[in-house]
Amino acid sequence: MQVHKHDAIIIGAGGAGLMAALYASKGGADVAVVSKLYPTRSHTGTAQGGIGAALGNLDEDKPIYHTYDTVKGGDYLTDQHAAKILAENAVDAVIELEHMGLPFDRTSEKRISQRRFGGHTRNFGEQLVRRACHAADRTGHMILQTLYQQCIKNEVSFFDEFQVVDMIVVDGVCAGVVAIELGTGEFHIFHGKASFFATGGWGRCWSVTSNAHSLTGDGAAIALRRGLPLEDMEFFQFHPTGIYRMGILITEGVRGEGGVLINSQGERFMERYAPNAKDLASRDVVSRAIYLETRAGRSIKNRGYVHLDVRPGTVNRYFAEEGRDRGDFIDDATVERKLPDILDFCRTYLGVDPVKEPMPVQPTAHYAMGGIPTNVDAEVIIDAAGNVMPGAYAAGETACVSVHGANRLGTNSLVDLVVFGRRGGMKVAEFVKGADWVPLPSDAGAEIRAEFDRIRGGSGSSRPGELRAKMQATMMDNIGVFRTEETLQQGISDLAELRERFHKDLQIDDKSRVFNTDLMEAWELGCLLDLADVTARAAFERKESRGAHSREDFKRRDDENWLAHSLVSHDGNLASPSYAVNFDKKVDLSLWEEEIRQGLPEDQQKFRPKERVY
Amino acid sequence: MDVTFKIRRQNPDLPGKEKPYWQEFVLGDVEPTDRVLEMLHRIKWEQDGSLSLRRSCAHGICGSDAMRINGVNRLACKILVRDVGERIQIEPILGLPVIKDLIVDMEPFFDHYRQVMPFFVNDDPLPADGRERLQTQADRELFDDTTKCILCACCTTSCPSFWANGHYVGPAAIVQAHRFIFDTRDQAGKERLDILSEPNGVWRCRTIFNCTPACPREIEVTKAIGEVKLAIRKGKTIGIIQPDVSH
Repeated sequence: MQVHKHDAIIIGAGGAGLMAALYASKGGADVAVVSKLYPTRSHTGTAQGGIGAALGNLDEDKPIYHTYDTVKGGDYLTDQHAAKILAENAVDAVIELEHMGLPFDRTSEKRISQRRFGGHTRNFGEQLVRRACHAADRTGHMILQTLYQQCIKNEVSFFDEFQVVDMIVVDGVCAGVVAIELGTGEFHIFHGKASFFATGGWGRCWSVTSNAHSLTGDGAAIALRRGLPLEDMEFFQFHPTGIYRMGILITEGVRGEGGVLINSQGERFMERYAPNAKDLASRDVVSRAIYLETRAGRSIKNRGYVHLDVRPGTVNRYFAEEGRDRGDFIDDATVERKLPDILDFCRTYLGVDPVKEPMPVQPTAHYAMGGIPTNVDAEVIIDAAGNVMPGAYAAGETACVSVHGANRLGTNSLVDLVVFGRRGGMKVAEFVKGADWVPLPSDAGAEIRAEFDRIRGGSGSSRPGELRAKMQATMMDNIGVFRTEETLQQGISDLAELRERFHKDLQIDDKSRVFNTDLMEAWELGCLLDLADVTARAAFERKESRGAHSREDFKRRDDENWLAHSLVSHDGNLASPSYAVNFDKKVDLSLWEEEIRQGLPEDQQKFRPKERVY
Repeated sequence: MDVTFKIRRQNPDLPGKEKPYWQEFVLGDVEPTDRVLEMLHRIKWEQDGSLSLRRSCAHGICGSDAMRINGVNRLACKILVRDVGERIQIEPILGLPVIKDLIVDMEPFFDHYRQVMPFFVNDDPLPADGRERLQTQADRELFDDTTKCILCACCTTSCPSFWANGHYVGPAAIVQAHRFIFDTRDQAGKERLDILSEPNGVWRCRTIFNCTPACPREIEVTKAIGEVKLAIRKGKTIGIIQPDVSH
């Protein structure tokens, strides 16, 4: 096996990976980015609406308000010190992106333009604030392009279409990773002082998802198999507005520009569920509302979807009712200018023109709040006490800092990846200066090679495509927006059966070496099955409802017993693993504790966990 | 309805399949609104796992699945069965070496991209207030169209000038250069114009216009190339693009 030696190996070339690569290389590290996709194909590019930062360009705003919204949005499972860092660093990170050339839209004062987004308010929930910095409705695309361009400028080394399939751990220290070069099928070892996982999420566990086909949770699954715990896996966000049946995302920015959700009775039903924030309540709240409307027989044509209406006539009518200034009123040209990609998706895939007709939308599996546990410098932690695995780093969706708690706020995924990608990159640069090389074991890569031989040799009768579809269906039915003990048990038993077939009865048609996507998809399915299982186990154990985890048999949030993060680990047995789940990692409540120390009375304690009202 | 796919295939790793050949697949229960990509997945997942293609986001943003569909460059995820009919012919994009089935070697394409300094350059001191550089929305809109490029290669691999001469940088690289040349904050416009006035730069463009309809992002590619040509001729970047007054 060919061995490549670099100070830092960055796995994944989305926003978090490229940000880490850029800052690690600026800090003097020799960096290699290893990615299964060409960097510009990464899913960061599909993020639409904006990146939140309290610049205050249009409304008065402060990082502490952003911190508060993030903590509240996360249903108080968010680690408060991490949310504070997120909100404070967001301002610098966004300004730095502009300095790198990112073409943000502009205000009349020539500054970065900002728009409203769900759950983002000023003065601790007082009113919605324009905080999401945007480049039309392709903000993620511009972030991804800008970071890739800057990496080219800084001459970062890229190994494109190399898929990382294992990590090398020597006596508790990460010494690198093993990858397959897709074009040749050859295995390569990347020997690094630091290995940085930025491999994204695993929305492909569910059948209706906004996620790319490539979002199969490779990094999280690899970490799990090598003995690392995964944190808060029961929390997976369903975004309320995916295109009906296809799951393609319709940005919250549509509602930020005034769009409203309408049921079959023509009613703007969010007024009942969230009297203040209405359609811009946090995503878990809106997704549940759509399901409840469906159950009550008020979805359109009784088919489980509702309408998202951004026609200027509708928007302006509600603006007028709310007493908004006429200057806020929109016309067709506003919609065309601010939401060009959304119009294109609807016209292409639905034959629906959102300027003239409402869009059919349903909740779509969107974002993993949980993942590889890290501290605020992207160092991977291995236990509830916060001990780190030297040499291992993670950031972005695959990591759990935890800033998103039980439910992520819109725009905070982009904030997370730039803030913690950047912090992690800086930390890596510092780490590799002092760290020694850990010698590679003589059999590095042998185990994963044997696993690939097993998969490639599959001559049973179960096609990966069939197993994947069944997994996605059971996850959608049993471990989706609502859960009960019964559905979770059903899910766990379905997954066990699928795992059994995956290990004993797999059928692989393609036996060749060059670009064997049949083989890679099968291996990725194994990752998804592991992560689906962990999600189900954590969801089974958490006997309360919080944020995106909604248990119909435990409807209330229970801070007395469950103000803690789940950590799930796996015994390393790939074919029939057993799991250990603990809730020893307490939520960081340091901002609330500070308020208590200052002697603030209870009703003035902003960060005290309280019932979430929007 | 039933749809017949005729797919150009080859696998350098399989004896007897090294040379290109056509293979037909028939799919039942196809809806006119199904994406071509979903149909290719059905073939791969239900009939023949060895069918090889690139794809990721499946909604026209990542740029992975450019291919020639009924003789025209398209993203498979952005074209519906009703747009192309019941007999669908699929080939790899032209002008780049085929690796396997619909997968081509993208390295020459990205080499051209890297040649045009596709990154922001401004060496002035940062604003003293620690904030963003300023730009009017009108200036921002001058290069809006070319910021949409997803590097899918649909334009470049539809260009007869590129087919004839693989050293030509091609429309996509020019689009990427355009995005910076006309950004009022950038300072390397002149260097990029120098690169593009070399023999394998913009002058290889014969204004054949194949690139514009090929673009899945509806970028006016030929117009952008024309603006770069004009900037080279006039030796300046200011005043080349007329602001769009419709907003």
